Amino acid sequence: MIAVRNVSKQFGDHPAVRDVSFTVGEGETVVLLGTSGCGKTTTLKMINRLIEPSAGQIEVDGVDVRRKPAHDLRRKIGYVIQETGLFPHYTVADNIATVPRLLGWEPDRIADRTRELLAMLKLPENSLRRYPSELSGGQRQRVGLARALAAHPSILLMDEPLGALDPITRAAIRREFRRLDELRHTTTVMVTHDIQEAFELGDRIGLMDQGRLVQIGTPDELLHRPVNAFVESFFEEQRLFLEWKSRRSD
Amino acid sequence: METTDFFRFLAEQSSQLVTQTLTHVGLTFLSLVLALLIGLPVGMAISRQKRVAALVLGLAGVLQTIPSIALLGFLIPFLGIGVVPALLALFLYALLPIVRNTYVGLSEVSPTLKEAAFGMGMTSRQVLMRLEIPLALPVIFAGIRTATVINVGVATLAAYVAGGGLGEFIFGGIALNNTAMILAGAIPAALLAVGLDGLLARLQRLRGMRLRRASILFLALAPVLSAFYWLPRNDQTRLVAGFAHEFYGRADGYPQLRKTYGLRLTTRLIDQNLMYEAVRHRQVDVISGYSTDGRIQAFGLQVLADDKRAFPPYQAAFVVRQAFLDRHPEVAPLLNRLRGLLTDSVMTALNYRADYHHETPETVAREFLRKTGLDRPRKAGPRTGTLTVGSKIFTEQYILVEIIRRLVEGHTTLEVAAKTGLGGTQICFNALRTGAIDLYPEYTGTGLLVILQPGPAVSDSLRADPAATYRYVSDQFLRQYGLVWLPPLGFNNAYALMMRREQARPLKINTISDLQRYLEK
Repeated sequence: MIAVRNVSKQFGDHPAVRDVSFTVGEGETVVLLGTSGCGKTTTLKMINRLIEPSAGQIEVDGVDVRRKPAHDLRRKIGYVIQETGLFPHYTVADNIATVPRLLGWEPDRIADRTRELLAMLKLPENSLRRYPSELSGGQRQRVGLARALAAHPSILLMDEPLGALDPITRAAIRREFRRLDELRHTTTVMVTHDIQEAFELGDRIGLMDQGRLVQIGTPDELLHRPVNAFVESFFEEQRLFLEWKSRRSD
Repeated sequence: METTDFFRFLAEQSSQLVTQTLTHVGLTFLSLVLALLIGLPVGMAISRQKRVAALVLGLAGVLQTIPSIALLGFLIPFLGIGVVPALLALFLYALLPIVRNTYVGLSEVSPTLKEAAFGMGMTSRQVLMRLEIPLALPVIFAGIRTATVINVGVATLAAYVAGGGLGEFIFGGIALNNTAMILAGAIPAALLAVGLDGLLARLQRLRGMRLRRASILFLALAPVLSAFYWLPRNDQTRLVAGFAHEFYGRADGYPQLRKTYGLRLTTRLIDQNLMYEAVRHRQVDVISGYSTDGRIQAFGLQVLADDKRAFPPYQAAFVVRQAFLDRHPEVAPLLNRLRGLLTDSVMTALNYRADYHHETPETVAREFLRKTGLDRPRKAGPRTGTLTVGSKIFTEQYILVEIIRRLVEGHTTLEVAAKTGLGGTQICFNALRTGAIDLYPEYTGTGLLVILQPGPAVSDSLRADPAATYRYVSDQFLRQYGLVWLPPLGFNNAYALMMRREQARPLKINTISDLQRYLEK
């Protein structure tokens, strides 16, 4: 459960996020969609306090995020960024074990969990001892997801997680992600500028523009009941495709 | 030089070579450890405070551009001699590469990665230890490598200030013009630099976990290698000697003392001119000076009598061309009037006035002659001939030339032309032989060992007897070269051991035998 209430962020003179409010229910996936500079990534990073809001309040599981030290908060929140976020000097196993180690898990428990994630994400067993540079882009992205999920976070934040992949790999990984139970049951906020990705992965989509959350709702609501002309025009080009998609996923 | 000379030298001096190499390694790594202790945290700190970074790096860069010998010279007035200024200079040289590379390495870690690490829930410290330092390690290592190689080179200069190391052979060899000795220091120093560079280059190419393990090993090993500095010190005697490289190596210097007196002193090698300062400031107790040096008086030093006559006599006397004496028979009796007036203490006092009160040699000479009643104003009338006098490049000889000038021009109608500053014994001697000069002041020991160079049998038999040495030298010069040694002036500018008077007195050390007995007690 995440509640974002009247949150704003000012960078010098520039208002990056203006009075944004939304909630994400247990197990729900909300996708923040918008063009570059619309404030979606800033909003995401305020949830795990990589950026501190100028005004407003954020609660995770009913508790204000500022009540705890930032690193404690972050260890309970999975964080996925583009594949470039893997630590190049760590093997795949070490990368996945990052948060469990920070939490002081027993080595056996870490090993079991790592193997479980490997199987779930269809990564070859021998990749554990490899370094990220020895993997393909798609594999790296799966390792990134495994690392975020390793310590069973109740919340997952994903920042353009597939941004660095080619369209075909992207589509394939998207399909896999959708089938993952673990991912489906985790409360997730994802940021993307890719409309198709938003429609495929989001239970609800929040469309942002110039720091404001223009409309938040199910894909169907955004397509068929846009609150203004901006929302309507945003989906115009891909309307046919999206309508087909949103019907299929019902 | 033949290669066999080199290997013979190595074989003879192998224990010394090992000692010097270990000291050298010790100095290099001790200063490196200090530079790491300061440089790594400073590099880390300025990578977080970019504004300070330019200032700190600029400052370290300036230090780096100061020539090493100048830096040492700058430190000596504050820190004296010995290991401290050497270490400080080495430390300062090692600092820049370490600070700079730590800074650059840490700054180059991608911000995305740092954000990912924070996003995982790492604390600042954990991000530094687990992400930034491991990723910066190859760059930091490159800096350590540069610093190490620089220090192996600069550490040779430690021998200049009695810090030890392979520079002892290098400087000693230069002072003695002994190529084998120079190479015995230079080759190991070069091998050390090349070897360490290669080793660190290999470490630097390692990746990931291996590099981290290698770095930890290196960091653990560096203090151990530093300890080499203390390891080889031969057993410390009750007094410590500071000897000039030349004295330490020359057969008629320290080796002769060991042979004659069985003297064993913990020895530090040091530049000849710093030696007096070192004993004055109690950094060493015994030095090897020259018996008429002005500083003996200035610094309150006491010359230890050479009671077993280990040092060859170096009686001063004028050497003159026979042809000149034939043309001007009045000159020899005139110069002989100086006999007995220039004793060791008088000559020392004259040197002292020129060196420490900066009086000109002319003034010193005039006042000396006035006191002895030999001074006359320049004789009037036309000059009837010229006496060309040569001298080597040091104060004592300049003063002697001025004494001759004033004496001869006051008592005769001869003109005196001075050719001062002839670079050394060989040059003066050749000038005299070819007639470029008519006369110069020389010392019997030098005439014997540098010019005549008889076998060890002859020089050993003469060692104990100044009169016999004088006779031998004057006979041989006359017979072989047609050059005349006038009678000895009365002072002896020989090697001499000296101590601070305030230390020698209470210990009742007046002679080298006394010193030897004291050390054995």
